[in-house]
Amino acid sequence: MYNKIMVPVDLAHIDALGKSLQVAADLAQHFNAELCYVSVTTDIPGPVARTPDEYEQKLNQFAKEHGLAHGRPVSAHVFLSHDPAVDLNEILGKAITETGADLVVMGTHLPRHLDAIMPAHGGQLAAHTNASVFLVRP
Amino acid sequence: MTQRPEDSLENPHKEPAEQASPISNEGIPAPDGASSLIDTDYVIGQDNITGKYSLHLDIHGKVFGISALSILLFVVLTLALQDQAKPIFEGMRHWLTSNLSWFFLLAGNIFVLLCVFLIFSPYGKVRLGGAKAKPDYSYMGWFSMLFAAGMGVGLMFYGVSEPISHFDAAMGGITMGDHGVRTDWAPLGGAAGNAKTAESLAMAATIFHWGLHPWAIYAIVGLALALFSFNKGLPLTMRSIFYPVLGERIWGWPGHIIDILAVFATLFGLATSLGIGATQAAAGMGYLFGTPDDSATKVFLIIGITGIALTSIMLGVDKGVKRLSQINMVLAFLLLLFVIIVGPTLLILTGFFKNLGAYIVELPALSNPFGRADANFSQGWTAFYWAWWISWSPFVGMFIARISRGRTVREFLTAVLLVPSLVSVLWMTTFGDIAIHQVVANGFQGVKDAALPLQLFTMLGQLPLTAITSFLGIVLVIVFFVTSSDSGSLVIDSITSGGKVNAPKPQRVFWGITEGVVAIALLVGGGLTGLQAMAVSTGLPFTIVLLVGCYSIIQGLRSEPRSA
Repeated sequence: MYNKIMVPVDLAHIDALGKSLQVAADLAQHFNAELCYVSVTTDIPGPVARTPDEYEQKLNQFAKEHGLAHGRPVSAHVFLSHDPAVDLNEILGKAITETGADLVVMGTHLPRHLDAIMPAHGGQLAAHTNASVFLVRP
Repeated sequence: MTQRPEDSLENPHKEPAEQASPISNEGIPAPDGASSLIDTDYVIGQDNITGKYSLHLDIHGKVFGISALSILLFVVLTLALQDQAKPIFEGMRHWLTSNLSWFFLLAGNIFVLLCVFLIFSPYGKVRLGGAKAKPDYSYMGWFSMLFAAGMGVGLMFYGVSEPISHFDAAMGGITMGDHGVRTDWAPLGGAAGNAKTAESLAMAATIFHWGLHPWAIYAIVGLALALFSFNKGLPLTMRSIFYPVLGERIWGWPGHIIDILAVFATLFGLATSLGIGATQAAAGMGYLFGTPDDSATKVFLIIGITGIALTSIMLGVDKGVKRLSQINMVLAFLLLLFVIIVGPTLLILTGFFKNLGAYIVELPALSNPFGRADANFSQGWTAFYWAWWISWSPFVGMFIARISRGRTVREFLTAVLLVPSLVSVLWMTTFGDIAIHQVVANGFQGVKDAALPLQLFTMLGQLPLTAITSFLGIVLVIVFFVTSSDSGSLVIDSITSGGKVNAPKPQRVFWGITEGVVAIALLVGGGLTGLQAMAVSTGLPFTIVLLVGCYSIIQGLRSEPRSA
């Protein structure tokens, strides 16, 4: 039913992503789908990597390990942004088109009042894409 | 891609062989192409407080806490003790600029000389972000952001008023006070009664304040930040510049203090501009629509404009600041073009080269830090400007650094130093020469006699289509104001979150509001003097920071591979 599952990951908060990574891997095995890990990073040094190249290398490494663990084909894509805090949704939307993913599995926080002003990325993305979106709540 | 730094900066506390961090054991990929990363165990954001209370936060506890609390305390004290605050501010500004003007002037000259040296030296070939890095922004987008961030509101405020003030003072000639102290405000020796000499002296002095020196200050900060962040892999905060001097200690208190100073300088430098912007916009609206020109109007203006700035903050860099800067550039260019065309076109065009010449001729005398006879001018104008530019420098510098990845040092310095300086010359020539021309040729005294914030509008009043140009003038002041507040919040947020640029949005909103509040407090509590006093006093410690930065730049560049 699904051929390519896109999983947005932030290597800086990998510990918070365990559940959505598991869900994505289980679904990939069920549908025989490819796992596609995407990340958005900046060109200034961050906690994970000091350059975009270094970040990409780490994401590739991360994807390879997960591919081996779950026995699914994997790919990894890094997208650059000058202002990830703001541009994230838009870039993830672009990533869906570019990677050709038909399902997105991503972690998100519980709904709360502040969402009216500052909505969660997952909900925003789901509202603006044709792909199916699976929001994994903590 | 696993290039080891061959000649990286030595860590003074550990042997280079032992200091390899867990990251570098896996082999640090160099930034795009060769560069020389600094090995450090510090992880960006390691000292940050992250929490999921009602709001998601990611802040550097000490830097954020101390800056936010002291600023809050400052606002409360200024508002509570309004009567006491004003004389304190006035005394402070006077003491600093009269006793330390030589220091500001000397430092300014050092920055210009270092920039010129680097442009022509082999270090000019070093590329920011590694030998193969590609620029993120086009030249046009780059320049408009550079310019909007760097000068902004000041150009609108001083474009007419500064040349006319100098002209007036120079015409008055030298007057002596009781103790053989000069009481006139004329630059250098003045030009008593000689309109031609006075005009060229006034324009040279104005261009001196808006030309190479301010941009050299910005360039130094921008270059240092870009170099240590993009090429050395350190976080994008002021403390990183100190690595060659302090080594690993920059992650402790010395570093915290540098970052806190940067926050203060940025915030008060911005608040000064916001205060000036509000004063001028209020004056302009009074002139055009007859609204009352009092504190209440200014406070409402600051609140309203901060609101617009918050919207822009929420839209992010590419949709907010970048777009606003471009709108700004178009509007400013239209106003400039209009004034050139309807004004004395030939006079302005010849004036451009004449003033440029006068600037070059007078430059050595104007920039001389010692034994100045024109104390009022060099202390009241030049030293204040230098301190003001320096207090702006962490903000503009960091902004310039963020948008300059992929440029070579030579390209960077030429662009940051020369292009904006030339635009300043054109801008000042246009607005200044027309105003002076109105006095000399038409005998119109209106501009000279108007209050400082009103002078721009009085000058425009003598040209056709006043209503439109004055309105455009007010819009420009406001948009410049929004751009500054917006990019300022980004920068302060980045410093107070330990060099992260992806910190949660509410933090930026917090700083945006704080800037507005500080501007209001200073305007109500101390007036324009209060604003200027704070800008000058935060500029002083930062001048020392910048001088150390000069040394670090040389150290940092020495270890960088140079691109062909």
